[in-house]
Amino acid sequence: MGETIRFLFGDEERSIRSPAPTQTVLEWLRTEARACGTKEGCAEGDCGACTVVLGTPDGEIMRYRAVNACILFLPALDGRQVLTVEHLRAPDGTLHPVQQAMVDHHGAQCGFCTPGFVMSLFALYHAGGGGVGRAAVNEALAGNLCRCTGYRPIVDAAQAACGGVAEDRFAVAAPAIAARLRGLARQDSLAVAHDGQVFLAPRSLGELTAALAAHPAATLLAGGTDVGLWVTKQHRHLATVIALEHVAGLAEIAERDGVLSIGAGATYDDACAALARHWPDFGRLLRRLGSRQIRNRGTIGGNVANASPIGDTPPALIALDATLLLTGAAGSRRIAAEAFFLGYRRTALAPGEVLERIDIPLPRPGERFATYKVSKRFEQDISAVCAAFRLTLAGDQVADIRIAYGGMAATPKRAVAAEQMLVGRPWQRAAIAAAMAALEGEMAPISDMRASAAYRLLVARNLLLRFHLTTQDAAAMLEDVA
Amino acid sequence: MNVLTPQTAAARAAAQSPAEQRRVVGRPAAHDSADKHVSGAALYIDDVAEPRDLLHAYVRLSEHAHARILRLDVAAVAAAPGVAAVLTARDVPGVNDVGPAFPGDPIFADGLVEYAGQSVFAVAADSIARARAAAQRAVIEYEVLPPILDIDAAMQQAAFVLPSQTMRRGDAAAALAAAPLRLRGRHYVGGQEHFYLEGQIAMAIPGEDRDIRVLSSTQHPTEVQHLVGRSLGIPDHAVICETRRMGGGFGGKESQASLIAVIAALLAANTGRPVKLRLDRDDDMKLTGKRHDFRIDWDVGFDAEGRIEGISFELASRCGMSPDLSAAINDRAMFHSDNAYYLPNVSIVSHRCKTNTVSNTAFRGFGGPQGMMGIEAVMDAIARHLRRDPLEVRRRNFYGKRERNVTPYHMTVEDNVIPELVAELARSAGYAARRREVTAFNRSSEWIKRGLALTPVKFGISFTLLRMNQAGALVHVYTDGSVQLNHGGTEMGQGLFIKVAQVVAEEFGLPLDRIKVTATTTEKVPNTSPTAASAGSDMNGKAAQVAARTIRDRIAGVVAAEFAVAASDIVFRDGAVQGGGRSLPFAAAVRRTYEKRVQLSATGYYATPKLHYDTATHQGRPFYYFAYGAAVAEVEVDTLTGEHRLRRVDILHDVGQSLNPAIDLGQIEGGFVQGMGWLTTEELWWDARGSLRTHAPSTYKIPAVGDVPADFRVALWSRGRNRENAVYRSKAVGEPPLMLGIAVFHALRDAVAACGEVAEAAELDAPATPERVLLAIEARRRRAAAAA
Repeated sequence: MGETIRFLFGDEERSIRSPAPTQTVLEWLRTEARACGTKEGCAEGDCGACTVVLGTPDGEIMRYRAVNACILFLPALDGRQVLTVEHLRAPDGTLHPVQQAMVDHHGAQCGFCTPGFVMSLFALYHAGGGGVGRAAVNEALAGNLCRCTGYRPIVDAAQAACGGVAEDRFAVAAPAIAARLRGLARQDSLAVAHDGQVFLAPRSLGELTAALAAHPAATLLAGGTDVGLWVTKQHRHLATVIALEHVAGLAEIAERDGVLSIGAGATYDDACAALARHWPDFGRLLRRLGSRQIRNRGTIGGNVANASPIGDTPPALIALDATLLLTGAAGSRRIAAEAFFLGYRRTALAPGEVLERIDIPLPRPGERFATYKVSKRFEQDISAVCAAFRLTLAGDQVADIRIAYGGMAATPKRAVAAEQMLVGRPWQRAAIAAAMAALEGEMAPISDMRASAAYRLLVARNLLLRFHLTTQDAAAMLEDVA
Repeated sequence: MNVLTPQTAAARAAAQSPAEQRRVVGRPAAHDSADKHVSGAALYIDDVAEPRDLLHAYVRLSEHAHARILRLDVAAVAAAPGVAAVLTARDVPGVNDVGPAFPGDPIFADGLVEYAGQSVFAVAADSIARARAAAQRAVIEYEVLPPILDIDAAMQQAAFVLPSQTMRRGDAAAALAAAPLRLRGRHYVGGQEHFYLEGQIAMAIPGEDRDIRVLSSTQHPTEVQHLVGRSLGIPDHAVICETRRMGGGFGGKESQASLIAVIAALLAANTGRPVKLRLDRDDDMKLTGKRHDFRIDWDVGFDAEGRIEGISFELASRCGMSPDLSAAINDRAMFHSDNAYYLPNVSIVSHRCKTNTVSNTAFRGFGGPQGMMGIEAVMDAIARHLRRDPLEVRRRNFYGKRERNVTPYHMTVEDNVIPELVAELARSAGYAARRREVTAFNRSSEWIKRGLALTPVKFGISFTLLRMNQAGALVHVYTDGSVQLNHGGTEMGQGLFIKVAQVVAEEFGLPLDRIKVTATTTEKVPNTSPTAASAGSDMNGKAAQVAARTIRDRIAGVVAAEFAVAASDIVFRDGAVQGGGRSLPFAAAVRRTYEKRVQLSATGYYATPKLHYDTATHQGRPFYYFAYGAAVAEVEVDTLTGEHRLRRVDILHDVGQSLNPAIDLGQIEGGFVQGMGWLTTEELWWDARGSLRTHAPSTYKIPAVGDVPADFRVALWSRGRNRENAVYRSKAVGEPPLMLGIAVFHALRDAVAACGEVAEAAELDAPATPERVLLAIEARRRRAAAAA
């Protein structure tokens, strides 16, 4: 077991012995590396001022992903390259193409959010050719807030600089950087003790369950897009952290025997393509979940296991009749997604167990699926209500329907009573109206800063109606204007 | 798409005489810090190299909205590891108050807390983590008192921070009684968090004697200087306040920065060590003031054509626990209750409500936007009642040029361009055709409805407090020909520094890179006004121009003598001083001037002319001129959820003759989007105990990139020219565009109105969140069903 992390800071190798397990990369950059270009705007991964880029080797090239340094713990740098706004300018002083485009298009006013935008643009610049439309720009930049410009000049800069084949000095250096990172790759597992804190990064499921058996109260850390906030917002002291990132196979995405399996460690971004292929609406939902920076780190497994009543993926997984594989030192067991959520942030995970995998049965012919998210802001917002529907018709009759909601109870919840009003009945407005009425009896939303209980209930009802209308080809969805 | 690029704007500006003579003014020069912004090299206060022995401060906030402090014991805080000092109200050597205009804003609560989030005490320790941890050790016992949390409750209990005011012209009551038609209404308009990306921050460094130097992220260094001195009991001359740049201000750092700077200074003076206080986002949003939310009641009498004959407004705003800047903000709401419309008989009453919430403060528009929201709702109501297009009613009520041109505060509008500006925008945006398309779409679409609106903006430029309309500058020319420029204005991203540098470069005939703009500091230009009221470039540009001209004339005198020509024949152009067929490089001319022992440094001073105002009668000329603009917005609304998309926006805005069209375009677009956010996604939400629950971007939603329409057509008005002698005939641009966002709100109302055939306006308050929109649609449908 090793206690030193090694990574590239730009092209400079750094090693840190016994890094502070829950020190954020942002804090390390600003206080220890004295690289103050990267800013703190919110310390919760919502504003993007802290955006840096993590590089990982992908054969001879490098994959660059934008992440929020403010909620990224230092050990996550192990074996990676981290690039900040300071690294982009060439040694001769020439600005990087994305920086120059930001200058040319007047994309900075106060400048405080600008380093974050520049790094998101850098990742977009390296995301491949084929042009970049407005929708792609929105997707790449939704996690960067600007209060000054109104975004138009930044969009122009993105479209001017990105979308081509990357030919900057980073592209040129990629094979050499990839080789250096391969040289840094860890052969053992990381185990750090620092000032009373323990950080373990097991490399196999066996190591993971053993570590969890030894430390039953440990905090499991996947992408850290929620756990990071426990530290930066709630100022909690996490005594023992077990990171899931390096557990072999945990991020695997596979399709077999009519089932799509998403490893609990797969990021939203990695899972998105597979999910969108079978359920386009699931893809649309994921593209609105958090931001690019969040989706590059956060995992569907984390979204399920933290059992928030307003997580975006659980309603879809319940509607799709997903099964969860829970694994402990004694073995594995399977549980239906809908049975996993026991109460407000309480799950069926027993001590020593982890969520290993999510299995989703592939759509059968004729099956329809839709999921809708309603929030104050379209992008990068937390749901007021999230709904998911899976329908199979037999002729005009409802052969099978599964309906699930987020934001309507203390847990993500299946709408069993509403389903019962529909199964075996004609898929028509009369049955829909009865099901809408049934929702009132089985849902108990709260009023909070995101929405009132009355609104949530009204929207939950109307989303069922919207689903029905869309199956009738009625125009009941807003046009995508990007 | 027909977006006006800065290049075409410049070309247009350059084509105008005498602007074509100009080399620098009117060009779309990049922000002076653009290169530093994009490379991470621009230093904000938290990035400045930290001095030795720096302490980090943390402020403990009140958990209650209204409570007596029965006991405050900080002994355990002081004893915690790493702690150097703890300060409470009793430890303030000078005055424990940072109220900018009136007292009422204690630095530390003294026996009473009046909002949840109020500063109770502060601690300085060797790290922020230790300071925060130590602060939790305090023993605070409260006796909780009943709070007043909103406008309705304050009005019911007649709780005010300042006396109510009335502005009137003509006889509103008589006109209302005599009018053929009459409507009444009530609207609520929400507040707004500034959400500057850089939170409030200051670093205080003690010096010898009792001197102190404060780096503050403030729009008002002079006020920080003064309040630091007053809280420490030392004279102003012992305090330096310096501001290089802010990461956004928007009014939120006009008065609100003082508390942060003062606490840092008190701790620094107490410990003899430098102290940094940086609020994290949550504390920043809880502790500091926001835009005032308003309740607006109106009663209007009008004729069958929709022309207003008499109107009365009753405005009530939530000022929070103290007056802060609420007097001037509410005055400005009254000043803009007419927007661009002539109100023949008018009465405007303004109540300044006291609540147990954070003291609301300046925010881009400074009450003006809220005032406009009232009259725009009236226009909408009249139009719906008459079943006319709201634009028709708006146009019918526009101020006239030679008649119908006197405001409710008895100022004659001399520069009205709104009829022709709106005509041009309606034409370029294809308003009439699109109105038909929207109507046709709505007829055929059951679940999705569209809405269209054009709203105008007329915004008064000048501080309404007369004495603030003055500015100073200090220009040094060094013997190598380089120029250092300083003025009282602060840079918060709005491009003030580059605009003023352009003015100075123009005077000297130099390229921009010869002008260095230095940090704003109370050492160089004293007794300044805040950078606010959109007046930054008007005032500082003029002051810097005066200073530059003083030096230029001195150089011209020296060179004229050498060239044996009249000083008036000397011109400064292209980096040279020319006359009588001879030419000297600027640096050489400067060197000659130095050798002749003529001063190469000068101050400049400017006081805005023509202003007078009687605050008792609310009559006079509070504004030097008006800025104008208009916007068309088209939305699409989902009637099942209340969600919407913005399909297209067209803006035409008058910046006079632009000093820098790229910077002005940025202000217009950014202001519009900020105004749109205020009226749509941005919702402040307090719980029943009076705690703000939307105190971070996870819960408080400013517009994101996707909220800005792909079809966004923004143009500077090509005919714009300031009829007043503002710097290069430009117009202020900081605040006015924010109110262009009102078009989006009215497009939403238009879409809601399409959900039910009733001759009245949609019942939609701001912000128009999906929830409010859906509930308005439901109400509309019920009214339509009842009417049918």
